[in-house]
Amino acid sequence: MTPQFSSQTLSNIEILKTRYPVEQSKSALLPILHMAQAEFGGYLSRESMDYVASLLNLQPIEVYEVATFYTMFHLKPTGKYVLEVCRTGPCALSGAEHIVDYLKQKLGVDLNQTTPDGLFTIKEVECLASCGSGPVLQVGECYVENLTDQRVDSMLAALKSGELSDNEPTPAHSILFRTCGDKQS
Amino acid sequence: MSRKILLENGDISGIDQFDIYRQHGGYQSVEKAIKTMTPLEVVDEVKKSGLRGRGGAGFSTGMKWSFLDRKSDKPRYLVCNADESEPGTFKDRYLMEKIPHRLIEGMIVSSYALGASRAYIYIRGELMWLAKRLENAIGEAKAHGLLGDNILGSDYSLDLVVHPGGGAYICGEESALLESLEGKRGYPRLKPPFPAISGLYGCPTVINNVESIAAVPWIVTHGGEEYSKIGIEKSSGTKLISASGHINRPGVYEIELGLPVEEFIYSDAYCGGIRNGRTLKAVVAGGSSVPILPAELILRTAAGIPRLMTYESLSDGGFQTGTMLGSGGFIVMDDTTCIVRNTWNFARFYHHESCGQCSPCREGTGWMEKVLHRIEHGHGTPKDIDLLVDIAKKIEGKTICALGDAAAWPIASAIRHFRHEFEYHIAHPDKITDPDHVYQPMGTK
Ligand SMILES: Cc1cc2nc3c(=O)[nH]c(=O)nc-3n(C[C@H](O)[C@H](O)[C@H](O)COP(=O)(O)O)c2cc1C
Ligand code: FES
Repeated sequence: MTPQFSSQTLSNIEILKTRYPVEQSKSALLPILHMAQAEFGGYLSRESMDYVASLLNLQPIEVYEVATFYTMFHLKPTGKYVLEVCRTGPCALSGAEHIVDYLKQKLGVDLNQTTPDGLFTIKEVECLASCGSGPVLQVGECYVENLTDQRVDSMLAALKSGELSDNEPTPAHSILFRTCGDKQS
Repeated sequence: MSRKILLENGDISGIDQFDIYRQHGGYQSVEKAIKTMTPLEVVDEVKKSGLRGRGGAGFSTGMKWSFLDRKSDKPRYLVCNADESEPGTFKDRYLMEKIPHRLIEGMIVSSYALGASRAYIYIRGELMWLAKRLENAIGEAKAHGLLGDNILGSDYSLDLVVHPGGGAYICGEESALLESLEGKRGYPRLKPPFPAISGLYGCPTVINNVESIAAVPWIVTHGGEEYSKIGIEKSSGTKLISASGHINRPGVYEIELGLPVEEFIYSDAYCGGIRNGRTLKAVVAGGSSVPILPAELILRTAAGIPRLMTYESLSDGGFQTGTMLGSGGFIVMDDTTCIVRNTWNFARFYHHESCGQCSPCREGTGWMEKVLHRIEHGHGTPKDIDLLVDIAKKIEGKTICALGDAAAWPIASAIRHFRHEFEYHIAHPDKITDPDHVYQPMGTK
């Protein structure tokens, strides 16, 4: 099935294009890929990428080569919540390796795997610019910092119960970025 | 306490909102510049200030601005580098989070100085929530006539756009950033031509770090000469230092350049000393890319002079016994830290982040990671140490961008200063995970 952005997103894309010179609409590609990932099930399928290419009058390959270069784009379906734990030096100094182990044990899955209930995928990522408050993980738009076992427990519980969403409230006038929390609706 | 320029009024509640920021002197520099100064006069003040780029390279901001091709009939662009992904660095994020309007104000004044009618803030995609806050701040500034058409009734207009990245360290490198902003892979460009001549969309472009741009409002309001009086000689002004690792008080500190390193580490106004009563083993002073130094060399130069937080003092002794101020990502390691493991971790980072264009970097980073992995996991051979030194040498200086150097330096310096630790790993593979021996895995407390 060909994906289709909501009319709201389509009009946002028109506004987005005005932010770059007329003949440079390709610049809008990264922001639109973020929108596509959020709106089309949390990952970029080939169909989604082809659709984005058609919106920007690009060859599909121009979209694939970009989508495969950047780590934020998932090319395969993921769990509802992708827990991206920073593994880089400063976080490792504060115990990131242990947090990854703890998550694996707690959720019973390995890195890049999804729990059977489809809720959680664990990934390792590089430095998130949160080194002073590590260990840290990103879930959607939310950073969960200063991780301890207890914090991981309460985060998982809160995500399950819906108490914690993986996005911050969107400022009222910001039309550009759909939040990851929207992707399930 | 150090004087605050970038974080001035940072403790006032609501300073992230336009009204409060404005009440506390915010956007004065825009009024001053647009109403009373020519663009070139603004450039002059920045030159006089001695401000040096805070993104890592420390290049004079005023000089960079004066290289901008003003004769070309193409549009000129200012691009703010908010990609902040150098491990150990989180100051731009802190500044944007705390006082978003400081960056917006800086972007307006700087764009005016450069004659740009459109400017971009390229922010790493992971910080999407922060991108939204910046958009919010831009909306506020626009509503008050400080952005958009005919700013403050003048004939100067500026369109300021926030652009999210997609997750790639290399996009912090300025020419990769431009490629990325053009909707492509973040492949660094060959230079020359430099962005000042041919940058974004082939037009004259200035790229500056968030912190550099955020210093401009103060410089314009108070004058470049006032700014140049702060700090020491060629290291003028204040700098945000991101402090992480085994310290009591990790966080972002604005320091006057010239503060003694020892005071920075041990004073309760800053890092507050080493955590859990341990002792200092090593510091990476300017983000993961700069050479690591053992405790004795970070506190004092090889000549025994106390080291200061300045570009010059930190690099005293060259790479033999010195390091760099870099981005100000100050990573502190205590005596439980395994240097081999940390080096392997960094090597993995550079391998993961190499864009793959240049063979020495693409292949070399992977090779170094592999060798370090085997040393750390008890399978190293005595030849491996020199092999690492050799690979590092063959990457350094042989790539399009500086990621190659950034990958080589941490490894070369770790071996230079902690060779015995690598040798120990190779000689005693059985003891590496022994919790009683000093080289415990990182993070074991
Ligand atoms: C691999 C690599 C990564 C970089 N990452 C950043 C970054 O995240 N932020 C930044 O401001 N500069 C970064 N730089 C430096 C930029 O290329 C550029 O020098 C800087 O943005 C210029 O701004 P400044 O003069 O204000 O420091 C990086 C450089 C390299 C080689
Ligand atoms: S090292 Fe984890 S956020 Fe920087």
